[in-house]
Amino acid sequence: MKTSLRRIWAMIYRHLAVYRRSWPRVAEIAYWPTLNLLIWGFTANYIGHLRAIPGAQTGSALIAGVLLWEITLRGQLGVTLGFLEEIWSRNLGHIFVSPLRPAELLAALLSVSLLRTLAGLFPATIIAYLLYHYNILLLGPVLLLFFVNLLFMGWWIALGIVSLLFRYGAGAEALAWTIAFGITPVACVYYPATALPGWLQPVAMALPAAHVFAGMRAGLFQHAADWPDLAQASALNLGWMLLAIVIFGAEFRRARVRGALISIGE
Amino acid sequence: MDAITVTNLVKHYPHTLAVDDISFTLPQGGVLGLLGGNGAGKTTTISMLLGLLVPSSGQISVLGHDIARDRFKALERMNFSSPYIALPARLSVAENLRVYGHLYNVPELKHRIAELAAQFHLGALLSRPAGELSAGQKTRVALAKSLINKPDLLLLDEPTASLDPDTGDYVRSMLEAYRAETNAAILLASHNMAEVERLCDRVLMLKAGKIVDQGTPDALIARYGREDLEQVFLDIARREEA
Repeated sequence: MKTSLRRIWAMIYRHLAVYRRSWPRVAEIAYWPTLNLLIWGFTANYIGHLRAIPGAQTGSALIAGVLLWEITLRGQLGVTLGFLEEIWSRNLGHIFVSPLRPAELLAALLSVSLLRTLAGLFPATIIAYLLYHYNILLLGPVLLLFFVNLLFMGWWIALGIVSLLFRYGAGAEALAWTIAFGITPVACVYYPATALPGWLQPVAMALPAAHVFAGMRAGLFQHAADWPDLAQASALNLGWMLLAIVIFGAEFRRARVRGALISIGE
Repeated sequence: MDAITVTNLVKHYPHTLAVDDISFTLPQGGVLGLLGGNGAGKTTTISMLLGLLVPSSGQISVLGHDIARDRFKALERMNFSSPYIALPARLSVAENLRVYGHLYNVPELKHRIAELAAQFHLGALLSRPAGELSAGQKTRVALAKSLINKPDLLLLDEPTASLDPDTGDYVRSMLEAYRAETNAAILLASHNMAEVERLCDRVLMLKAGKIVDQGTPDALIARYGREDLEQVFLDIARREEA
Protein backbone atom coordinates (compact mmCIF):
# COMPACT_ATOMS: atom_id res chain seq x y z
CA MET A 1 0.00 0.00 0.00
CA LYS A 2 1.31 3.41 -0.96
CA THR A 3 2.15 6.15 1.46
CA SER A 4 -0.65 8.69 1.64
CA LEU A 5 0.20 12.39 1.76
CA ARG A 6 -3.31 13.05 3.01
CA ARG A 7 -2.76 10.87 6.09
CA ILE A 8 0.57 12.59 6.74
CA TRP A 9 -1.16 15.96 6.40
CA ALA A 10 -3.85 14.79 8.84
CA MET A 11 -1.22 14.35 11.55
CA ILE A 12 0.59 17.59 10.71
CA TYR A 13 -2.76 19.41 10.84
CA ARG A 14 -3.50 17.75 14.19
CA HIS A 15 -0.35 19.34 15.70
CA LEU A 16 -0.72 22.71 13.98
CA ALA A 17 -4.27 22.92 15.33
CA VAL A 18 -2.88 22.57 18.86
CA TYR A 19 -0.47 25.47 18.29
CA ARG A 20 -3.14 27.57 16.64
CA ARG A 21 -5.18 27.75 19.81
CA SER A 22 -2.36 27.98 22.36
CA TRP A 23 -0.07 31.04 22.41
CA PRO A 24 1.97 29.69 25.37
CA ARG A 25 2.94 26.72 23.21
CA VAL A 26 3.95 28.99 20.36
CA ALA A 27 5.98 31.15 22.73
CA GLU A 28 7.66 28.07 24.21
CA ILE A 29 8.99 27.11 20.77
CA ALA A 30 11.14 30.26 20.64
CA TYR A 31 11.76 30.65 24.37
CA TRP A 32 14.71 28.32 24.95
CA PRO A 33 16.66 29.11 21.77
CA THR A 34 16.29 32.81 22.53
CA LEU A 35 17.25 32.40 26.18
CA ASN A 36 20.34 30.35 25.31
CA LEU A 37 21.33 32.86 22.70
CA LEU A 38 21.05 35.74 25.16
CA ILE A 39 23.16 33.96 27.79
CA TRP A 40 25.87 32.91 25.37
CA GLY A 41 25.76 36.08 23.33
CA PHE A 42 26.48 38.27 26.33
CA THR A 43 29.13 35.76 27.47
CA ALA A 44 30.78 36.01 24.07
CA ASN A 45 30.75 39.79 24.23
CA TYR A 46 32.30 39.71 27.69
CA ILE A 47 35.06 37.25 26.73
CA GLY A 48 35.94 39.34 23.69
CA HIS A 49 36.13 42.43 25.89
CA LEU A 50 38.24 40.73 28.61
CA ARG A 51 40.84 39.37 26.24
CA ALA A 52 41.17 42.76 24.57
CA ILE A 53 41.38 41.10 21.20
CA PRO A 54 39.01 41.46 18.33
CA GLY A 55 36.34 39.28 19.88
CA ALA A 56 34.46 38.75 16.72
CA GLN A 57 35.78 35.24 15.99
CA THR A 58 35.48 33.84 19.51
CA GLY A 59 32.12 35.45 19.91
CA SER A 60 30.96 34.31 16.50
CA ALA A 61 31.92 30.72 17.32
CA LEU A 62 29.92 30.82 20.53
CA ILE A 63 26.86 32.44 18.97
CA ALA A 64 26.94 30.21 15.89
CA GLY A 65 27.38 27.20 18.21
CA VAL A 66 24.32 28.15 20.22
CA LEU A 67 22.18 28.68 17.16
CA LEU A 68 23.30 25.52 15.37
CA TRP A 69 23.09 23.22 18.41
CA GLU A 70 19.53 24.42 18.95
CA ILE A 71 18.71 22.79 15.60
CA THR A 72 19.49 19.37 17.07
CA LEU A 73 17.79 20.09 20.38
CA ARG A 74 14.63 21.54 18.81
CA GLY A 75 14.58 18.86 16.11
CA GLN A 76 14.66 16.11 18.72
CA LEU A 77 12.11 17.76 20.99
CA GLY A 78 9.79 18.41 18.04
CA VAL A 79 9.51 14.71 17.29
CA THR A 80 9.36 13.37 20.84
CA LEU A 81 6.92 16.01 22.07
CA GLY A 82 4.69 15.30 19.09
CA PHE A 83 4.62 11.63 20.04
CA LEU A 84 4.18 12.39 23.74
CA GLU A 85 1.26 14.63 22.82
CA GLU A 86 -0.54 11.53 21.51
CA ILE A 87 0.26 9.64 24.72
CA TRP A 88 -0.88 12.50 26.95
CA SER A 89 -4.14 12.85 25.02
CA ARG A 90 -4.69 9.03 25.16
CA ASN A 91 -5.15 9.14 21.41
CA LEU A 92 -2.66 6.46 20.32
CA GLY A 93 -5.36 3.78 20.35
CA HIS A 94 -7.33 5.70 17.74
CA ILE A 95 -4.29 6.50 15.63
CA PHE A 96 -2.96 2.97 15.48
CA VAL A 97 -6.33 1.51 14.49
CA SER A 98 -6.64 4.00 11.66
CA PRO A 99 -5.02 3.27 8.30
CA LEU A 100 -2.07 5.50 9.27
CA ARG A 101 1.18 3.60 8.72
CA PRO A 102 3.99 3.98 11.27
CA ALA A 103 6.16 5.48 8.50
CA GLU A 104 3.46 8.10 7.83
CA LEU A 105 3.25 8.93 11.51
CA LEU A 106 7.02 9.41 11.51
CA ALA A 107 6.88 11.56 8.38
CA ALA A 108 4.29 13.79 10.05
CA LEU A 109 6.28 14.04 13.29
CA LEU A 110 9.45 14.92 11.36
CA SER A 111 7.57 17.58 9.37
CA VAL A 112 6.18 19.13 12.54
CA SER A 113 9.66 19.01 14.04
CA LEU A 114 11.09 20.88 11.04
CA LEU A 115 8.41 23.57 11.33
CA ARG A 116 8.99 23.90 15.09
CA THR A 117 12.74 24.14 14.60
CA LEU A 118 12.46 26.87 11.97
CA ALA A 119 9.89 28.77 14.02
CA GLY A 120 12.04 28.47 17.14
CA LEU A 121 15.27 29.59 15.52
CA PHE A 122 13.90 32.50 13.52
CA PRO A 123 13.54 34.92 16.48
CA ALA A 124 16.93 33.85 17.89
CA THR A 125 18.59 34.50 14.53
CA ILE A 126 17.07 37.98 14.37
CA ILE A 127 18.12 38.73 17.96
CA ALA A 128 21.68 37.53 17.23
CA TYR A 129 21.83 40.04 14.40
CA LEU A 130 20.28 42.94 16.30
CA LEU A 131 22.09 42.50 19.62
CA TYR A 132 25.41 40.98 18.63
CA HIS A 133 25.70 41.99 14.97
CA TYR A 134 26.08 38.34 14.10
CA ASN A 135 24.53 37.15 10.87
CA ILE A 136 24.58 33.36 10.70
CA LEU A 137 23.67 33.45 7.01
CA LEU A 138 27.20 34.73 6.34
CA LEU A 139 28.37 31.14 6.84
CA GLY A 140 27.19 30.73 3.27
CA PRO A 141 25.64 27.75 1.50
CA VAL A 142 27.50 25.33 3.79
CA LEU A 143 25.03 26.45 6.48
CA LEU A 144 22.42 24.29 4.76
CA LEU A 145 24.64 21.23 5.23
CA PHE A 146 25.14 22.11 8.89
CA PHE A 147 21.38 22.50 9.28
CA VAL A 148 20.49 19.22 7.58
CA ASN A 149 23.11 17.24 9.50
CA LEU A 150 22.20 18.66 12.88
CA LEU A 151 18.48 18.22 12.25
CA PHE A 152 19.06 14.60 11.23
CA MET A 153 21.00 14.04 14.41
CA GLY A 154 18.09 15.41 16.44
CA TRP A 155 15.74 13.11 14.54
CA TRP A 156 17.61 9.87 15.11
CA ILE A 157 17.99 10.69 18.79
CA ALA A 158 14.23 11.28 18.84
CA LEU A 159 13.53 7.95 17.15
CA GLY A 160 15.62 6.28 19.83
CA ILE A 161 13.59 8.02 22.53
CA VAL A 162 10.27 7.08 20.90
CA SER A 163 11.52 3.47 20.80
CA LEU A 164 12.20 3.70 24.53
CA LEU A 165 8.67 5.07 25.02
CA PHE A 166 7.31 2.00 23.20
CA ARG A 167 9.35 -0.23 25.48
CA TYR A 168 8.99 1.52 28.84
CA GLY A 169 5.81 3.55 28.30
CA ALA A 170 5.24 7.07 29.53
CA GLY A 171 7.66 6.33 32.38
CA ALA A 172 10.46 7.06 29.92
CA GLU A 173 9.03 10.52 29.26
CA ALA A 174 11.82 12.31 31.15
CA LEU A 175 14.28 11.04 28.54
CA ALA A 176 12.61 13.26 25.96
CA TRP A 177 13.78 16.30 27.88
CA THR A 178 17.21 15.13 28.93
CA ILE A 179 18.99 12.89 26.42
CA ALA A 180 19.97 15.48 23.80
CA PHE A 181 21.01 17.98 26.49
CA GLY A 182 23.09 15.22 28.07
CA ILE A 183 24.95 14.71 24.81
CA THR A 184 25.99 18.39 24.66
CA PRO A 185 29.38 17.94 26.39
CA VAL A 186 30.51 15.41 23.76
CA ALA A 187 28.88 17.23 20.84
CA CYS A 188 31.87 19.64 20.90
CA VAL A 189 29.69 22.66 20.24
CA TYR A 190 32.01 25.22 21.79
CA TYR A 191 35.40 23.45 21.68
CA PRO A 192 37.16 20.89 19.48
CA ALA A 193 37.13 17.18 20.34
CA THR A 194 40.82 17.48 21.32
CA ALA A 195 39.74 19.51 24.34
CA LEU A 196 38.12 16.36 25.77
CA PRO A 197 39.98 13.66 27.74
CA GLY A 198 41.48 11.04 25.43
CA TRP A 199 39.02 8.32 26.46
CA LEU A 200 36.05 10.53 25.63
CA GLN A 201 37.26 11.67 22.23
CA PRO A 202 36.11 8.51 20.35
CA VAL A 203 32.62 9.07 21.74
CA ALA A 204 32.62 12.63 20.41
CA MET A 205 33.98 11.53 17.03
CA ALA A 206 31.16 8.98 16.70
CA LEU A 207 28.65 11.83 16.79
CA PRO A 208 27.91 13.88 13.68
CA ALA A 209 27.72 17.07 15.76
CA ALA A 210 31.45 17.06 16.62
CA HIS A 211 32.26 17.03 12.90
CA VAL A 212 29.69 19.67 12.03
CA PHE A 213 31.04 22.03 14.67
CA ALA A 214 34.61 21.36 13.54
CA GLY A 215 33.39 22.40 10.10
CA MET A 216 31.73 25.45 11.56
CA ARG A 217 34.94 26.57 13.29
CA ALA A 218 36.91 25.98 10.09
CA GLY A 219 34.42 28.17 8.27
CA LEU A 220 34.62 30.92 10.88
CA PHE A 221 38.34 30.90 11.63
CA GLN A 222 39.87 29.79 8.33
CA HIS A 223 37.07 30.87 6.01
CA ALA A 224 37.19 27.46 4.37
CA ALA A 225 34.68 24.61 4.24
CA ASP A 226 35.88 21.48 6.03
CA TRP A 227 34.52 18.94 3.56
CA PRO A 228 36.06 15.80 5.12
CA ASP A 229 34.44 16.60 8.46
CA LEU A 230 31.11 17.32 6.80
CA ALA A 231 31.33 14.07 4.83
CA GLN A 232 32.03 12.17 8.05
CA ALA A 233 29.08 13.89 9.73
CA SER A 234 26.77 12.87 6.87
CA ALA A 235 28.02 9.27 6.85
CA LEU A 236 27.62 9.00 10.63
CA ASN A 237 24.13 10.46 10.43
CA LEU A 238 23.16 7.92 7.80
CA GLY A 239 24.45 5.06 9.93
CA TRP A 240 22.81 6.27 13.13
CA MET A 241 19.53 6.98 11.31
CA LEU A 242 19.42 3.47 9.83
CA LEU A 243 20.11 1.99 13.25
CA ALA A 244 17.40 4.18 14.82
CA ILE A 245 14.87 3.09 12.17
CA VAL A 246 15.69 -0.59 12.76
CA ILE A 247 15.31 -0.16 16.53
CA PHE A 248 12.06 1.81 16.07
CA GLY A 249 10.63 -0.94 13.84
CA ALA A 250 11.66 -3.67 16.28
CA GLU A 251 10.24 -1.85 19.31
CA PHE A 252 6.98 -1.08 17.47
CA ARG A 253 6.54 -4.77 16.61
CA ARG A 254 7.43 -5.73 20.18
CA ALA A 255 4.87 -3.22 21.51
CA ARG A 256 2.18 -4.87 19.37
CA VAL A 257 3.07 -8.27 20.81
CA ARG A 258 3.11 -7.05 24.43
CA GLY A 259 -0.03 -4.94 24.06
CA ALA A 260 1.90 -1.78 24.87
CA LEU A 261 0.06 0.24 22.21
CA ILE A 262 -3.07 -0.10 24.35
CA SER A 263 -1.48 0.68 27.70
CA ILE A 264 1.40 3.01 26.78
CA GLY A 265 -0.10 6.04 28.51
CA GLU A 266 -0.93 4.27 31.76
CA MET B 1 -18.63 -13.08 2.84
CA ASP B 2 -18.06 -12.93 6.57
CA ALA B 3 -16.91 -9.59 7.93
CA ILE B 4 -14.87 -11.37 10.60
CA THR B 5 -13.52 -14.91 10.72
CA VAL B 6 -11.55 -15.85 13.81
CA THR B 7 -9.94 -19.27 13.99
CA ASN B 8 -8.33 -20.79 17.09
CA LEU B 9 -7.27 -17.42 18.44
CA VAL B 10 -4.94 -17.48 21.44
CA LYS B 11 -3.22 -14.68 23.31
CA HIS B 12 -1.02 -15.35 26.25
CA TYR B 13 1.05 -12.92 28.24
CA PRO B 14 3.91 -14.09 30.44
CA HIS B 15 1.61 -14.85 33.40
CA THR B 16 -1.87 -14.81 31.87
CA LEU B 17 -3.81 -16.65 29.23
CA ALA B 18 -6.01 -13.77 28.06
CA VAL B 19 -7.73 -15.48 25.11
CA ASP B 20 -7.90 -19.25 24.99
CA ASP B 21 -8.49 -20.80 21.59
CA ILE B 22 -11.63 -19.02 20.43
CA SER B 23 -13.22 -19.24 16.99
CA PHE B 24 -16.19 -17.33 15.64
CA THR B 25 -17.54 -15.58 12.59
CA LEU B 26 -19.53 -12.40 12.05
CA PRO B 27 -21.44 -12.23 8.76
CA GLN B 28 -21.66 -8.96 6.84
CA GLY B 29 -24.71 -7.10 8.10
CA GLY B 30 -24.76 -8.98 11.40
CA VAL B 31 -24.37 -7.67 14.94
CA LEU B 32 -22.36 -9.79 17.34
CA GLY B 33 -22.19 -9.10 21.05
CA LEU B 34 -19.20 -9.97 23.21
CA LEU B 35 -20.30 -10.47 26.78
CA GLY B 36 -18.22 -11.28 29.79
CA GLY B 37 -17.01 -9.93 33.09
CA ASN B 38 -13.82 -8.00 33.62
CA GLY B 39 -10.83 -9.99 32.38
CA ALA B 40 -12.97 -12.26 30.21
CA GLY B 41 -10.94 -11.39 27.12
CA LYS B 42 -13.27 -8.94 25.31
CA THR B 43 -10.82 -6.04 25.01
CA THR B 44 -7.96 -8.37 24.13
CA THR B 45 -10.06 -9.92 21.36
CA ILE B 46 -11.07 -6.51 19.98
CA SER B 47 -7.45 -5.33 20.14
CA MET B 48 -6.35 -8.31 18.07
CA LEU B 49 -9.14 -7.71 15.54
CA LEU B 50 -7.89 -4.14 15.18
CA GLY B 51 -4.27 -5.18 14.77
CA LEU B 52 -3.22 -3.36 17.94
CA LEU B 53 -2.16 -6.63 19.45
CA VAL B 54 -0.46 -9.59 17.79
CA PRO B 55 -2.05 -12.97 18.63
CA SER B 56 0.11 -15.73 20.10
CA SER B 57 -1.51 -18.09 17.59
CA GLY B 58 -4.59 -18.39 15.42
CA GLN B 59 -5.89 -16.53 12.39
CA ILE B 60 -7.99 -13.42 11.97
CA SER B 61 -9.56 -12.43 8.70
CA VAL B 62 -11.37 -9.08 8.56
CA LEU B 63 -13.33 -8.05 5.46
CA GLY B 64 -11.39 -10.65 3.50
CA HIS B 65 -7.97 -9.47 4.68
CA ASP B 66 -5.59 -11.44 6.84
CA ILE B 67 -4.87 -9.11 9.75
CA ALA B 68 -1.40 -10.56 10.26
CA ARG B 69 -0.28 -9.63 6.76
CA ASP B 70 -2.63 -7.02 5.44
CA ARG B 71 -4.17 -5.13 8.32
CA PHE B 72 -4.09 -1.65 6.76
CA LYS B 73 -6.40 -2.67 3.92
CA ALA B 74 -8.92 -3.87 6.48
CA LEU B 75 -8.44 -0.82 8.72
CA GLU B 76 -9.44 1.50 5.88
CA ARG B 77 -12.90 -0.13 5.84
CA MET B 78 -13.49 -0.49 9.56
CA ASN B 79 -13.61 1.82 12.57
CA PHE B 80 -13.68 1.69 16.31
CA SER B 81 -15.08 3.55 19.26
CA SER B 82 -14.38 3.24 22.94
CA PRO B 83 -14.98 5.66 25.78
CA TYR B 84 -11.65 4.50 27.20
CA ILE B 85 -9.64 5.95 24.33
CA ALA B 86 -9.83 9.72 24.05
CA LEU B 87 -9.67 12.18 21.21
CA PRO B 88 -7.14 15.03 21.49
CA ALA B 89 -8.59 17.31 24.15
CA ARG B 90 -7.15 20.57 22.81
CA LEU B 91 -8.58 20.13 19.34
CA SER B 92 -12.12 21.25 18.66
CA VAL B 93 -14.72 18.65 17.72
CA ALA B 94 -14.60 19.80 14.08
CA GLU B 95 -10.78 19.61 14.04
CA ASN B 96 -10.88 16.11 15.49
CA LEU B 97 -13.37 14.97 12.87
CA ARG B 98 -11.27 16.65 10.17
CA VAL B 99 -8.12 14.83 11.32
CA TYR B 100 -9.85 11.45 11.22
CA GLY B 101 -11.58 12.28 7.97
CA HIS B 102 -8.18 12.84 6.40
CA LEU B 103 -6.75 9.71 8.02
CA TYR B 104 -9.56 7.64 6.50
CA ASN B 105 -9.36 9.48 3.19
CA VAL B 106 -13.03 10.50 3.39
CA PRO B 107 -14.32 12.17 0.21
CA GLU B 108 -16.27 15.44 0.57
CA LEU B 109 -15.17 15.67 4.16
CA LYS B 110 -16.96 18.96 4.93
CA HIS B 111 -20.26 17.46 3.87
CA ARG B 112 -19.64 14.26 5.84
CA ILE B 113 -18.82 16.22 9.01
CA ALA B 114 -21.99 18.28 8.60
CA GLU B 115 -23.96 15.05 8.14
CA LEU B 116 -22.53 13.49 11.30
CA ALA B 117 -22.99 16.72 13.25
CA ALA B 118 -26.68 16.65 12.34
CA GLN B 119 -27.07 12.95 13.15
CA PHE B 120 -25.38 13.15 16.54
CA HIS B 121 -26.60 16.65 17.47
CA LEU B 122 -23.06 18.03 17.48
CA GLY B 123 -23.74 21.29 15.65
CA ALA B 124 -23.32 23.48 18.71
CA LEU B 125 -20.25 21.57 19.83
CA LEU B 126 -18.20 21.67 16.65
CA SER B 127 -16.05 24.64 17.66
CA ARG B 128 -15.58 23.56 21.27
CA PRO B 129 -12.39 21.81 22.42
CA ALA B 130 -13.05 18.09 22.89
CA GLY B 131 -11.58 18.27 26.39
CA GLU B 132 -14.32 20.65 27.55
CA LEU B 133 -17.18 18.32 26.67
CA SER B 134 -19.21 16.27 29.13
CA ALA B 135 -18.70 12.51 29.18
CA GLY B 136 -21.88 11.97 27.20
CA GLN B 137 -20.91 14.56 24.59
CA LYS B 138 -17.48 12.94 24.24
CA THR B 139 -19.12 9.57 23.64
CA ARG B 140 -21.28 11.09 20.89
CA VAL B 141 -18.21 12.66 19.27
CA ALA B 142 -16.34 9.36 19.48
CA LEU B 143 -19.27 7.61 17.79
CA ALA B 144 -19.36 10.26 15.06
CA LYS B 145 -15.62 9.70 14.55
CA SER B 146 -16.23 5.96 14.29
CA LEU B 147 -18.72 6.47 11.45
CA ILE B 148 -16.73 9.10 9.55
CA ASN B 149 -15.51 6.66 6.90
CA LYS B 150 -18.86 4.82 6.63
CA PRO B 151 -17.19 1.62 7.80
CA ASP B 152 -18.22 -1.83 6.63
CA LEU B 153 -17.26 -3.13 10.05
CA LEU B 154 -17.73 -1.24 13.28
CA LEU B 155 -16.12 -2.34 16.54
CA LEU B 156 -17.72 -0.77 19.56
CA ASP B 157 -16.55 -1.05 23.13
CA GLU B 158 -19.28 0.14 25.54
CA PRO B 159 -20.77 2.50 22.92
CA THR B 160 -23.39 4.02 25.19
CA ALA B 161 -21.40 4.24 28.42
CA SER B 162 -21.82 7.67 30.04
CA LEU B 163 -24.93 8.46 28.01
CA ASP B 164 -28.23 9.30 29.65
CA PRO B 165 -31.05 6.83 28.84
CA ASP B 166 -32.60 9.11 26.24
CA THR B 167 -29.33 9.74 24.36
CA GLY B 168 -28.35 6.09 24.76
CA ASP B 169 -31.60 5.07 23.12
CA TYR B 170 -31.03 7.60 20.35
CA VAL B 171 -27.54 6.23 19.69
CA ARG B 172 -28.83 2.65 19.57
CA SER B 173 -31.43 3.76 17.04
CA MET B 174 -28.67 5.43 15.04
CA LEU B 175 -26.65 2.22 15.01
CA GLU B 176 -29.69 0.19 13.92
CA ALA B 177 -30.38 2.68 11.15
CA TYR B 178 -26.73 2.70 10.05
CA ARG B 179 -26.70 -1.07 9.86
CA ALA B 180 -29.97 -1.18 7.91
CA GLU B 181 -28.77 1.48 5.52
CA THR B 182 -25.24 0.19 4.85
CA ASN B 183 -25.38 -3.53 5.70
CA ALA B 184 -22.38 -2.92 7.95
CA ALA B 185 -21.35 -5.56 10.45
CA ILE B 186 -21.08 -4.53 14.08
CA LEU B 187 -19.14 -6.16 16.89
CA LEU B 188 -20.25 -4.87 20.23
CA ALA B 189 -18.72 -5.33 23.68
CA SER B 190 -21.07 -4.07 26.34
CA HIS B 191 -22.14 -4.53 29.91
CA ASN B 192 -25.55 -3.13 29.09
CA MET B 193 -27.58 -6.33 28.64
CA ALA B 194 -30.69 -4.55 27.39
CA GLU B 195 -28.57 -2.96 24.71
CA VAL B 196 -27.12 -6.31 23.69
CA GLU B 197 -30.58 -7.89 23.58
CA ARG B 198 -31.86 -5.08 21.40
CA LEU B 199 -28.96 -4.78 18.96
CA CYS B 200 -27.32 -8.17 18.64
CA ASP B 201 -28.29 -11.09 16.41
CA ARG B 202 -25.88 -13.33 18.24
CA VAL B 203 -23.95 -13.23 21.48
CA LEU B 204 -20.67 -14.82 22.57
CA MET B 205 -20.38 -15.36 26.30
CA LEU B 206 -16.73 -15.11 27.32
CA LYS B 207 -15.20 -16.22 30.56
CA ALA B 208 -11.49 -16.43 31.38
CA GLY B 209 -10.62 -16.08 27.72
CA LYS B 210 -12.90 -18.89 26.51
CA ILE B 211 -16.25 -18.87 24.74
CA VAL B 212 -18.45 -20.62 27.29
CA ASP B 213 -21.70 -20.25 25.39
CA GLN B 214 -23.16 -18.56 22.34
CA GLY B 215 -26.39 -18.06 20.46
CA THR B 216 -29.10 -15.54 19.79
CA PRO B 217 -30.23 -13.55 22.84
CA ASP B 218 -33.61 -15.32 22.77
CA ALA B 219 -32.03 -18.77 22.47
CA LEU B 220 -29.67 -18.11 25.39
CA ILE B 221 -32.51 -16.81 27.55
CA ALA B 222 -34.59 -19.89 26.72
CA ARG B 223 -31.67 -22.28 27.25
CA TYR B 224 -31.01 -20.96 30.76
CA GLY B 225 -34.70 -20.69 31.56
CA ARG B 226 -34.33 -17.02 32.44
CA GLU B 227 -36.25 -13.85 31.72
CA ASP B 228 -33.49 -11.73 30.28
CA LEU B 229 -29.86 -11.74 29.24
CA GLU B 230 -28.69 -10.17 32.46
CA GLN B 231 -29.84 -13.23 34.40
CA VAL B 232 -28.11 -15.48 31.89
CA PHE B 233 -24.94 -13.43 32.30
CA LEU B 234 -25.11 -13.79 36.08
CA ASP B 235 -25.75 -17.54 35.80
CA ILE B 236 -22.66 -17.99 33.69
CA ALA B 237 -20.51 -15.65 35.75
CA ARG B 238 -21.41 -17.43 38.99
CA ARG B 239 -21.50 -20.98 37.65
CA GLU B 240 -18.10 -22.00 38.95
CA GLU B 241 -18.00 -19.52 41.80
CA ALA B 242 -20.90 -21.29 43.49
